Amino acid sequence: MDATTAAGLVGNIAVVGYGLAAVGPGIGVGLVVSKTIESIARQPELAGRLQVTMWLGIAFTEALALIGLATPFIFAA
Amino acid sequence: MLIRLIVVATLLVLFTLVSGAFDKSLKTKNFVPSRFQLMGEIALNFVRTNIAHDQLGKKDGDRFLPLLTTIFFIVVGMNITGIIPGFNVAGTSLIGLPIVLALAAYVTFIYAGMKKHGLKFFSNALFPAGVPLPFYILVTPIEFLSTFILRPVTLALRLTMNMIAGHLLLVLCFSATHFFLFESEGLFKAFGAGTFLFGFAFTLFEMLVAFLQAYVFTLLTTVYIQLSLADEH
Repeated sequence: MDATTAAGLVGNIAVVGYGLAAVGPGIGVGLVVSKTIESIARQPELAGRLQVTMWLGIAFTEALALIGLATPFIFAA
Repeated sequence: MLIRLIVVATLLVLFTLVSGAFDKSLKTKNFVPSRFQLMGEIALNFVRTNIAHDQLGKKDGDRFLPLLTTIFFIVVGMNITGIIPGFNVAGTSLIGLPIVLALAAYVTFIYAGMKKHGLKFFSNALFPAGVPLPFYILVTPIEFLSTFILRPVTLALRLTMNMIAGHLLLVLCFSATHFFLFESEGLFKAFGAGTFLFGFAFTLFEMLVAFLQAYVFTLLTTVYIQLSLADEH
C-alpha cells in the first residue's frame, strides 16, 4: 500500500506540488506590493515610477509560480 | 489557429485606418483629431511615452519603437480573444506565438548590446565588475543562466501560462454554472447564479490581465534592451 492510499486520499499528487510552488511567489508578490504601497504613501509624487518598478518585480516573482504551472507540460511522461 | 489569422487581419485593418486618419489630418491641415484618430493616438502614444521613452530615453526609445509597438499590439490582440464570446481561447495560450515574440526580444537585446559594446557585451554580462576573483566560479554560471537562458524562457512561459490559467478559471466557473443549473436538483440550482457571477467577474479580470501581460511583456523587453545598452561602471 503506497502513501496516498494509506492516508485515504485519491487524486493527483501534482496538485499538492503546485500548491507548495505557489506559496513562495505568493509571499513574494505580497511583499513587493506592500513595500510599493508604503513607498507611495511616503512619496506620492514618485507613484508613477514606483508602479513601473512594482510591475517588474511582480513579473519576476510571478515567473516562479508560472514555472510550477508549466512543469506538468514539460515533464509529461 | 484560425483565431490568430483573424486577429492579424483585424490589426492590419485597424492600423491602416488609423494611419489613413493621420494622413488625412496632415493633408487637410485639420489638426483637431477625430474620435477614431484620438483613440489611435492614445494607444500608440502609450507605448511611445510610457514604455519606450521612460525606460530608454528619447533617442534609443525611438530606435526600438517599431519592435516594441509591434510586440505590444500583437500581444494585446491575441490576448483579448480569450474573453471574446465565440473565440473563447487566447491566441497566445499555445506556446508557439510567445516563443516567436520572446525570440524576437532575445535577438534584439543581444543585437543592441553587440552594436554598442561589441564582443565586450558578453564579457560584461558574464563577468560583472567588482566581484572578487574566486567568486566568478559561482557568479558566471548564474549570470549565464539568468541572462541568456532564463530571460527568453520566462518571457514566453509567463505569457502562455497566464493565458492558460485564465482560460482554465473561466472554464471552471462556466462549466460549474452549467452543472448547477441543468443537472443538479432543488436548492443546488441557486449555486449556479453564484458561479455565473464569479465567471462574469473573472471575465472582467481577464480583460485586465490581457492588457497587463502585454504591458509586462513589452516593459521587460525594453528593460532587457536598456540593460544591454547600459555602460559598465
